[in-house]
Amino acid sequence: MYRYDEFDATLVRERVSQFRGQVARRVAGELTEDEFKPLRLMNGLYLQIHAYMLRVAIPYGTFDARQMRKLAHIARVYDKGYGHFTTRQNIQFNWIKLDETPDILDELADVEMHAIQTSGNCIRNTTADPYAGAAVDEVEDPRAWAEIIRQWSSFHPEFSFLPRKFKIAVTGATHDRAAVRVHDIGLIAKKNEAGEIGFEVMVGGGQGRTPMIAKTIRDFVPRDHLLSYLEAVLRVYNMLGRRDNKYKARIKILVHEVGVEEIRSLVEAEWEAMQKETSVDLPTAERDRIASYFSAPAFEVLADTDRGFEARRFEDRDFAAWVRSNVKPHRQTGYAIVDISLKPTGGIPGDITADQMDTVADIADAFAVGSEIRATYQQNLVLPHVKLSDLPAVYDRLKAAELATGNIGLAGDIIACPGLDYCNLANARSIPIAQRISERFADLNRQFDIGPLEIKISGCINACGHHHVGHIGILGVDRKGEEHYQLTLGGRADEAAAIGRITGPGFSYDGIIDAVETVVETYLAIRANPEERFIDTLDRVGQDPFKERLYGAKAA
Amino acid sequence: MAAKALKANRLSDGEAVWLSRTGIWETRVTLARVEEDADGIAALEDAARTATADCIVVDAELIDMEIRDGAPVPSKLKERIRALGPTVRLDLGKQAEPESRLGKVA
Repeated sequence: MYRYDEFDATLVRERVSQFRGQVARRVAGELTEDEFKPLRLMNGLYLQIHAYMLRVAIPYGTFDARQMRKLAHIARVYDKGYGHFTTRQNIQFNWIKLDETPDILDELADVEMHAIQTSGNCIRNTTADPYAGAAVDEVEDPRAWAEIIRQWSSFHPEFSFLPRKFKIAVTGATHDRAAVRVHDIGLIAKKNEAGEIGFEVMVGGGQGRTPMIAKTIRDFVPRDHLLSYLEAVLRVYNMLGRRDNKYKARIKILVHEVGVEEIRSLVEAEWEAMQKETSVDLPTAERDRIASYFSAPAFEVLADTDRGFEARRFEDRDFAAWVRSNVKPHRQTGYAIVDISLKPTGGIPGDITADQMDTVADIADAFAVGSEIRATYQQNLVLPHVKLSDLPAVYDRLKAAELATGNIGLAGDIIACPGLDYCNLANARSIPIAQRISERFADLNRQFDIGPLEIKISGCINACGHHHVGHIGILGVDRKGEEHYQLTLGGRADEAAAIGRITGPGFSYDGIIDAVETVVETYLAIRANPEERFIDTLDRVGQDPFKERLYGAKAA
Repeated sequence: MAAKALKANRLSDGEAVWLSRTGIWETRVTLARVEEDADGIAALEDAARTATADCIVVDAELIDMEIRDGAPVPSKLKERIRALGPTVRLDLGKQAEPESRLGKVA
């Protein structure tokens, strides 16, 4: 993992000190709310329905046991004993007091964490593949590049007041676990024919009220020039992005209105001009220094299986089911990747208590190489490097903490934004919809029978719950004062990213649960075979069979 | 004219509060001052400006109210959630507080 150098540490401490002064001046009446709001947002502090909400950055979703314990401490001392992992690999605390926030930020700085640029019209926390450094399909570890982007984008003077927020995601694997195609910039590390590492650069993806899939503007940017190319993209956006209408200010709108060819041409021209200036590209030595923090840990030489693990899997059906859904192959023989589901049946997606945070930290210390933990955009956690022989013990400890739900990638693994229960922007509740769907599909055998299924729920058109890219997407709206839910089918956030299409008229708060079950039952009835996934059946037959079951004769 | 009350968040800690009949910002919506005529609503708007300028509250806004069983209740679900707490965590928010713990601001 990356460790702060003296510049990082000073930068973060200075920012805390500045914010402490800003809070004091706000409380004393020396700053108006209009003056203060952009300052608190740049420090991740929102005002929500019940209280202030603090969004803490987890850069590229990577943190460790020490940092998790600090989050648990903050949850206990400054909040109400829990936190909420978000769809951008961050964590939010929902019951924060303004006058305590500088102390919280100081505590975060103690463990090299902060809330800088988790809000505002700047480059937000860069997200990445949560299996980085462990995945079998990885070409290049994206964390070093995400860290380089973090350093380049933090307090970047030219990009601190962009037309709108700006999100970058990076993966170095063939299977997209970072949803790069629905980000303002999506980066995929790849090798060219000469075996050199570079990045495919995609621009203009996003969700919200105008969902778009990002378009590739350059198939291969040599890695040594990544920063200058990103800077060229940001410069073009900063110059041409609309500032007159916040709903048309994201780069996706610019790409759509100007055209991808024109954007490509503008970016290439800017990039070419930049080559004649002092380049922002990192010297090789600095790149290697940062990359060294992410070099592979000292894995033990192990056999490709473990007798104790196999015996437990044979004897314990629950353990076997958990392994089937929550344990993934590791690039290092004898190791595995462990997904920790934060989606217990009937639970609140992404929520975790302070005690559970401490448990995860303890498990990471005991069994995860480097005590590493990852947060996923699906609102779950990952232990990236666990020995096969340790899996039974990890499972037992997770189970004792009610963290061993074996539903990763299945119907119960639902993404949901905080919705109207917490969020000032929401029009409808998301969490209770997720809870009731989760309860409806509580039977894990049924979930395995259904197979891979991504249900995603947003409480408003801002789409924090990623409903546009859910196999089954649900959008809560306010219809004449009543909560109402639109249903979309066919979205996906992986390498075949697509925006889901609305099935037809929406459903009531109660009706949407039945509608989801109708969709699932229709799939089970018409799939070609048990191996055909929901999303593949939908691709094969289209929406009509589902609409007929949902709406009957009205579907026609 | 729909009945109105004045909601806000307390500046220092973000707690949801409502302007009461006594001019105090209360943490329980049942104590909210409810106005139905233009003069009363204008008085609420004045109070919002004053309390905002005095840095007591932030995000002060008029909300629609109804009288149910003799008590003022916000008309919209969002405002009812603000008044009680998350519907998914009945152990949190004002719904979890004993009535004796009435908070007061200013």
